[in-house]
Formats: sequence, structure tokens, C-alpha cells
Amino acid sequence: MTVTATTTRPLPSTLAIGISRGRVEILQFVRDRTAMIFTFAFPALLLLLFGSIFGKDYDHPGVSASQVFSASMIAYGILSTAFITMGAGLALDREDGTLKRLRGTPVTAPAYFIGKLILVLGLTVTEVVVLLLVGTVVFDMPLPDAGHWVTFAWLFVLSVTACSLLGIAVSSLVRHARTAGAILNVPVVALQFISGVFIHPITQLPAWMITVASFFPVKWMAQGFRSVFLPDSMTGLEAGGAWEHGRTALVLGAWCVIGLVLCLTTFRWSRDR
Amino acid sequence: MAAIEVRGLRKAYGAHQAVAGIDLSIAAGEVFALLGPNGAGKTTTVEVLEGHRRRDSGDVRVLGIDPAAGGRAWRARIGIVLQATNDLADLRVGETVRHVAGFFPDPRPADQVMAQVGLADQARSRVGTLSGGQRRRLDVALGIVGRPEVLFLDEPTTGFDPEARRQFWQLIRAEAAEGTTIVLTTHYLDEAEALADRLAVIADGVIVAEGTPATLGGRATAEATVTWHGPDGPHCEKHADPTALLKRLAAEDADLRTLTVTRPTLEDTYLTLIGQSR
Repeated sequence: MTVTATTTRPLPSTLAIGISRGRVEILQFVRDRTAMIFTFAFPALLLLLFGSIFGKDYDHPGVSASQVFSASMIAYGILSTAFITMGAGLALDREDGTLKRLRGTPVTAPAYFIGKLILVLGLTVTEVVVLLLVGTVVFDMPLPDAGHWVTFAWLFVLSVTACSLLGIAVSSLVRHARTAGAILNVPVVALQFISGVFIHPITQLPAWMITVASFFPVKWMAQGFRSVFLPDSMTGLEAGGAWEHGRTALVLGAWCVIGLVLCLTTFRWSRDR
Repeated sequence: MAAIEVRGLRKAYGAHQAVAGIDLSIAAGEVFALLGPNGAGKTTTVEVLEGHRRRDSGDVRVLGIDPAAGGRAWRARIGIVLQATNDLADLRVGETVRHVAGFFPDPRPADQVMAQVGLADQARSRVGTLSGGQRRRLDVALGIVGRPEVLFLDEPTTGFDPEARRQFWQLIRAEAAEGTTIVLTTHYLDEAEALADRLAVIADGVIVAEGTPATLGGRATAEATVTWHGPDGPHCEKHADPTALLKRLAAEDADLRTLTVTRPTLEDTYLTLIGQSR
């Protein structure tokens, strides 16, 4: 027996296991062709549709409606990959026995989540690249200068973090993985409409709707990405008449904290008691 | 040294008392079977031992540690083969075994484990394309790749054809020969008889009998039934020790072509035991 060897060798680190989990998560995702095509193609398809339908709908010097959609749709891309991938993925892992299997090994919850985070980061980066390609190649959206990319970076990190954490939190409400996609898409689609992603300019919406949207992250994500890719002259079409970077950071940061607290209080390895 | 000690284990789901006071002591290196009908409390008991389920009361030690407080180091020393699972479908067999091996401090080489469970040829197959029996052998591979000191198997051969079950038993015997303590739940009597050094019959959340497959429920000391055809017709006698009777029959020149000597089968004993508890 090798009992002594077993007890003297150190356990693999949480980070090492997390990275190994991330590799496996990505492998599984890439091999599920349907999920992959749907995840990546859907936001791009919506962008193509909205961009083509509204085209150069309103006259604003140098900016077309399709370029506005290109910027706003990045918020949807992040929301759909981070929030839905996390939420549905966790519900499925709970249902098909993945979490129970891992729970019976030295894998820790942080290692599992590092793996999920690697998956979500991989997906959102790819998604954003796809949307930017459509925006720049099809709709001639100009890429901004270095200063704007700094804004893009913090906005991207805060958005992915908030959406992922909320996805994890919401997953405990999903009873059956089969229904996860449908349930999670309700808040996603509703928020797109009231947050100025599908409807532009947002000022067309009733005031109370904008107020409601302002409590949620999506409005601030969309507004933030517009600030990165559109000229400052476009602030006139925003609800607050400005890009409001400070407030955006504050709201997204608050949702990160709320999401984290919800995750820590609601995460369960299984549906059992 | 006992690998597993359980005293007064109780667990209820709402009003249903699934486990109603169980005591167990399983020695290191032993193959122990928990036998019982569906819903008897086998899985709940094993899930408490695995650290998957909280108990209401009782004292439980697995490798000297309370599973409810078992950390990573403890989990590295146990192996779990859950009831039928359907995760991992898109991974290849080899990838899966190597991935899980990476969770443990001193894993067995993945290729060796795949050969051991008879999946060497399937290393590049997607898990989702395996047959039911292959899938269970993969589950065992994942359970033993970390060199566990205790291996839990929950109804491992449900739905197997007879040949697949026999192959599976060989695999478990080989693991037991390595010195691994094995705790197995099953509702198949032949499985318990074929594999277990010792077994306990559980019904309605309590242990109704415990022993070796040969002695369970007083099987070894139960009266043997002797039947034969004499010149005057069929005879049937029950004796604790049939030796004297058999000598007499041999001397009497009875027709011994019709002689039978039977003890209660494990199945008879088992059915009597679980019948008593109802």
C-alpha cells in the first residue's frame, strides 16, 4: 500500500486545478457545436439585423444607427455569454452530476469557479471580437484611440464580473437545467429593451422605464460601450446627457458586490438537502 | 484499525425517517456490502459517509475524520463511484481520466488505470459514446485514479447484463486485492455474495442483520433440510447436523440418487430478514 506516499505529497493547488478545469470547460463548450454556434452567432445576427434595418436612420454628423447598435450590442454580447453561460452552466452541472462528482474530490469551490471564469472570459472575449468585426467591417464603425480602450478595459472587467456573479446567483433559482435558457433569457431580453440596447436613442423610452433600467447593469454597460466607440457629440442622445463614467463604475461595482454576496449565500453543490 | 466507524446514524427527510439509528464498523482492507431493497436507506447512509449529505445525529468517522468536516486532504484519500451519472459526455475517456488524476496528490498513471478497467482501447472515444457498462467502468477509473484508501460504490452494476457484471466484479476484486477498503451498496444478492467479506442487510433505515455471506442471519447454523425417496415414498427431515442421518441412510441402502441436503440460500435468508422488518 502507498498510504504514506499519499499523505506526504502536497495537494495540487487550487489555481492549478482551476486552470485544468478551465481547459476542460472550454473543450466541452467547443465540442458542443450547437451551443457554440448559438452563443456566438446570435448576438452577431441581431447586430446584423438591427444594423441593416435601421441603417443610417437618423442624421447625426458622421454616425450611423448601425454604428450605435454595434457599440450597444457589445453589452448584450457580454450579458448573454457571461450571465447565461454561468447561470445555465451551473444549473446543468448541478443536474448532470458534475458538481457532485467534483465535490467528492479535492476540488474546491474556488477551483471550480476559476474554471468557469476562464470559460466565461474566453467566450466573452471571442464574442466581443466577433461583434467588433461585424461593426467595423460591415458597418464601418471606427475603432477608438488608446484612451478609450482604457475605458473599454475597466468596463469589460466590471461587466463580465457583475454578469457572471449574477448568473451564478440566479442558477440556484433554476430547478431544471432544461428550462434554464428560457428562464434566464427573460431578464436578459427585457433589460435589452428598456436599457437602450435594442431601442436607440434611449430617450424615446418612457421616463419610468429608464428609471427602472438605471437600477440594473445593462443600461450602464451599453452606455459605457457607446462612450468608447462613439464621438462625444453623441452624449446628447443619452438619458443623462453625458457619458457618466463615474456613475457607471459605481452601479456596476455595486452589482459586483451584490452578486458576490448572493453567490456566497446561495451557492450549493447539489439540489439535495 | 477500523476504516469506518458509525454510531447511531440518523437522517430524516421531512417526516420520513430514512436512516433510523445505524451502527457500522468496517475494517481497513475489508469489502463491505450494504444490502437492502430500494428506499431502505443504503444510499443515504453511504452519502453521509462520502460527505455528500448532512446527518441529523450520530457519530461518523471515515479514516478517523468526520465526513461533514472532511477537507481536501481527506477527500484525496477517498474514492466515490456515484449512482449512474451522465456528465462529461463531450470529453474523451483519456482526457477525463487525466483531468481527474490532476486533482490528487499522488495519482495512479492514467494509462494504467484505463488498462485496469478495460478502457485502454477507448482512450480516444467520447464519453458520451460509451456503452452503459463502459461508462460505469470509467466511473470506477475516476474513483480509483487518486489511490483511495476507501472506495465507495453505490449500486454499481444496476442495468448490467450478466457478463458485464462478472467483468465488473473482477475489477472490484482487483481493487480490493490492492488493500483498498471497499463499501458497496447493492440490491443484488449474488453481487454481495460474490464480492463482500462482510455484509449488512438494511431495511426501513435500520440494520436487520450483519455477518459474512456464509453466516448472515444464522445461515451457517440453520437446520439443513434433507430429502430423499425411500422404498415407502418421499421423506423430508430437518437437522442441525445431518451427519448422523446421512450415515444411517447410506447404511440402510436407501436410493441416494434422489438425496438433497439444502441450507437456506442467501436469498431465503435475505427475504426472511427484510420480511421481518415490515
